[in-house]
Amino acid sequence: MGKVEVINDAETFNGEGFQLTMLDKVIGAARANSVWPLPFATSCCGIEYMATMGTNYDVARFGMERMSFSPRQADLLIVAGTISKKLAPILKQVYEQMAEPKWVISVGACASSGGIFDTYSVLQGIDRVIPVDVYVPGCPPRPEQIIEGFMNIHRLVKNESLRRRYSDEYKHLLNKYNLNEE
Amino acid sequence: MSGVNSELILQRLQERFGEAVLGSETPYGLLTVEVTPESAHGIIQWLREDGELSINFLTLLGAVHYPENKGRELAIVYHLQSMVNNIRLRLKAYVSIETPVIKSITDIYIGANWQERETFDFFGVQFEGHPNLVRILNEDSMDYFPMRKEYHLEDATREDKDDRFFGR
Repeated sequence: MGKVEVINDAETFNGEGFQLTMLDKVIGAARANSVWPLPFATSCCGIEYMATMGTNYDVARFGMERMSFSPRQADLLIVAGTISKKLAPILKQVYEQMAEPKWVISVGACASSGGIFDTYSVLQGIDRVIPVDVYVPGCPPRPEQIIEGFMNIHRLVKNESLRRRYSDEYKHLLNKYNLNEE
Repeated sequence: MSGVNSELILQRLQERFGEAVLGSETPYGLLTVEVTPESAHGIIQWLREDGELSINFLTLLGAVHYPENKGRELAIVYHLQSMVNNIRLRLKAYVSIETPVIKSITDIYIGANWQERETFDFFGVQFEGHPNLVRILNEDSMDYFPMRKEYHLEDATREDKDDRFFGR
């Protein structure tokens, strides 16, 4: 058995028979350590992501080993690979089907900007159809880079205010992408 | 081996179709015959049914855009093969870009269905008699034919490829 590490994400104030902390921090820590990813992999970045899932890199360390192939039970949309314009509405629909709170990571040059595929049939970056939280550069990025992207996602998840999704800024962001608020 | 060779095919075609055969060449040993667009359907059917030539397999169907050829901008190209005689043949028919219309050969080769749709999708060639001539690979909302040379290959909406940033 390896050493069990206690995660100290939430600061606490300890007194006689009581312990105080902030709900934001507790929920943030819980979310950050159980981000369920939805892989939306279309090309070589997807292969690198598969390597990331494997035992050498082992996303299970971060509570991410449960791939959700249904958007309804996913927290993090991992877009890895070239997205053609014909695929864009499907990607948008997948994003819309995910429940809040949800995050998006764009893996690789193609998903982030169209990459080398500067052509009529390829979407020039997924941020033209859905909001993106973290961009991972590379063509394709190595698993270490993808994991660093995950670390950044974890940082965002941990520190996100519980009210962020109700804020005017967030609604404005969704409106910019014509994503309907229910 | 049978005696069917490029010379015989060309000779039989000229005997049978005369004026409809506009010219021929053999680049890299592949007989290439230019025919009128009106006659292409009949010639392909005859080639398939002819007992001696028996050119009975459609390898490929596509188009090429030659913007400088006024009045005959679009070449519709058929690659045909005789499985029996082990010989290949290329047929070309030129149409103008204003009226890019040619008869569909889906009634001869059912496999042409997909390829004619693709050719329509990218070059806008209208195949008369095709059962379902709609876009197949590109998005349905696309309003132009991207492989025609009058359009840029690059995506027009991309902003980060400004030459000033690359010292050009």
